[in-house]
Formats: sequence, structure tokens, C-alpha cells
Amino acid sequence: MELNILIICYLIGSVTFIIGLKMLSHPESARRGNLIAAAGMAISILGTIFLYEEGGVKLGNYIWIFAALIIGTVLGTIAAKKVKMTAMPEMVSLFNGMGGACAALISIVEFDHLNHQIQSGGATDSGTLLIIFAGLIIGTISFAGSMIAWAKLNGRIKDFAFNGQHIMNLVIFAVIICLSAYLIISGDPAAGTLFYVVFVLSIIYGLFFVLPIGGADMPVVISLLNSFTGVAAAFGGFLYDNPVMLTGGILVGSAGTILTILMCKAMNRPLSNVLIGSFGGASSGAAS
Amino acid sequence: MFSWLSLHQEMIYIVILSVFLGIEVIGRVPSVLHTPLMSGANAIHGVVIIGAIIVMGKAESNNLLALTLGFLAVILGTLNVVGGFVVTDRMLEMFKKKK
Repeated sequence: MELNILIICYLIGSVTFIIGLKMLSHPESARRGNLIAAAGMAISILGTIFLYEEGGVKLGNYIWIFAALIIGTVLGTIAAKKVKMTAMPEMVSLFNGMGGACAALISIVEFDHLNHQIQSGGATDSGTLLIIFAGLIIGTISFAGSMIAWAKLNGRIKDFAFNGQHIMNLVIFAVIICLSAYLIISGDPAAGTLFYVVFVLSIIYGLFFVLPIGGADMPVVISLLNSFTGVAAAFGGFLYDNPVMLTGGILVGSAGTILTILMCKAMNRPLSNVLIGSFGGASSGAAS
Repeated sequence: MFSWLSLHQEMIYIVILSVFLGIEVIGRVPSVLHTPLMSGANAIHGVVIIGAIIVMGKAESNNLLALTLGFLAVILGTLNVVGGFVVTDRMLEMFKKKK
């Protein structure tokens, strides 16, 4: 019975996200759309806390969960209320980074679980490993990138590019992919340490991905990272067979990607130009 | 790997349909709403907090790693959700005043 209520909670959550996004894209209904999505989110979260069970076992550690929820709510509300109107985009970037970090932390904990199983001779499930790695990599890149975007909009960090940076980025990315693919397929017992290598490389990739991009292009980058976090959340949905995480994450992932392209169109520039523009910009600037 | 595919068939269908749904839903957004929409979407991907709550709730009391990281993850996720929705609301509030 309780599980059925949870299913209904998740259904409400998914539907409100869709309706909320739809209403957010029309000026007159936008504010209500935001509130509707927020209500759906609250229902899904409360449903999870009180009704979720796995193999007949309910969730524990309520004190910890509520303490964390209260800390997050208080800090989040204060930060969001106090921020100046002009500083809104950097606030969005900061919150986006938090979401990415959250997804990455989930992957780390779940990997630790799985790693214990492997060490004690249990079978590895490459599908689950794939999801964990994907969540880790995308979430971490989104976190690191968002932090840089936030600092750039703040004016704390200047544009930073050097020759061959794009090639270095590509190499790092290739190493991340190859290493993860090897770990997923082989189920190597050394995965415990190599996993953290992937984690660190993802942070580095995220930093150098955003660093060279010009400050004026930051909104586009934030939108792109936003859709990354959405995808990371969706991988979490796969991990826990959780439909609301899946639909919410994928919706943001696809809508965010389209939004990124629309924003580029509004600026009359192709996305590729924004992402590697700094390189061309720097060299053409030097030429002129 | 293939057993994983057959186990998650339904979810893969949901993913495919959601991708197209996301594209359709956003389709014709006026450019003034780009930033609020980004912010709203940002709040929605905060659903990842549900995963954090599950991690936290399942953590055994002797598993310090899961407890600390889970605790941190729930805080970060809440920041994402609450902050995201409040910031979006403030942006849209500003829109109304302009009119």
C-alpha cells in the first residue's frame, strides 16, 4: 500500500516537472510553472523519505537526513534571497555545481559499496558499474565547470588559455573514457584506486573545459553544464530504478541542450564557436 | 551487459521519450525567458537529491564514508533544489514588476 503511494508521489513529481517546464516557457504562466514544479519536487522528496523501502527495509538515519535538509534549506534560501539581481546567473551556476557534486558523491558511495562486494569475491555487474562511472564523470565535470563559471562571473578568475589546451583537454577526456571502459569491462580489483584517478581527472577536465571560455559566453556554458547535471541525475535514476529521477534528469538534459542551442542562436553564434571560440579568438586577437 | 539491457528496457524507453518531450516542451521559448528557464531547469535536476536521501537512509551506522558523503550530498542537493526554485521565483517576480 505504502509503495503504491510512493509510486503516485513519483508520478505526480514527473508530471509536475513536465507541466512546470512547459509553463516556464510562456511569460504569463512562468511563475506558476516554477511553483508547480517546486510542489512536485517537495512531494517526491517527502515521499522518498517516508515511504521508500528496499527489500522491505525502510530508510533510516532520519536525524541525519533532516539535519542535512534543514541546513541545505536555510543556506539555500538565504543565499537565493540575498543575491543581487545582477548576480543571478552566477548563483544559478553555483547551485548547478552543487547538484553535480551531489550526483558525483552518490556515485562514490555506491562504488564503495560495489567495491566491497568485489573484494569479497562477489560478481561484478558491468551495467551498474557503467552507470556509476557515467554519473561520477558527468557530475564531476559539471561541478568543476560550474565552479569556474561561478568564479568567472564573480570576476575572481580571468580567462586563461594556453597553446595546445584543447588538445590537452581531448587527451584527458580520452584517458577518462579509456580508463573507465577498462575498469567497467575488466572488473579489476585495483579499480578501488583507479576509480579515484578517474574522479580527479574529471575535475581537471571540468576546470580546463570552462577556463578558456570568455566571460560573456558564460550563460551558454552554464546552460550546457545544467543539462550535464540533468543527465547525471538521470544516471542516478537508473542506479536506483527511480522513475522521477530519470524523467526529471532526462527532461532537463534534453531541454537544457535545446536551450543552450537557442541561447547560442540568440547571440548569432554556433555552439562550437562558443566552446572553442576562445582559441580562435586568442589567436586572431594576436594576429590583429 | 545484455541482461542489464533487458532488465532496464522500460527505463530506456522512458529515456528516449523524455528526450523528445524535453525538446518539444522547450521548443518555442521567447529569448527573455532563457535565463529563468535555465534556472528552473537547474532546480528540477535537483531531483538527484532523492538519490542522496536513499544513500543516506541506507547507510549503516558503522559506514563512515557513506554517512559523511551521504550527509554532504543531501545538503548539496537541498541547496540545489531550494536555492534553484527561490532564485527562479525571484527572477520571474522581477519580470512582473517590469510590466
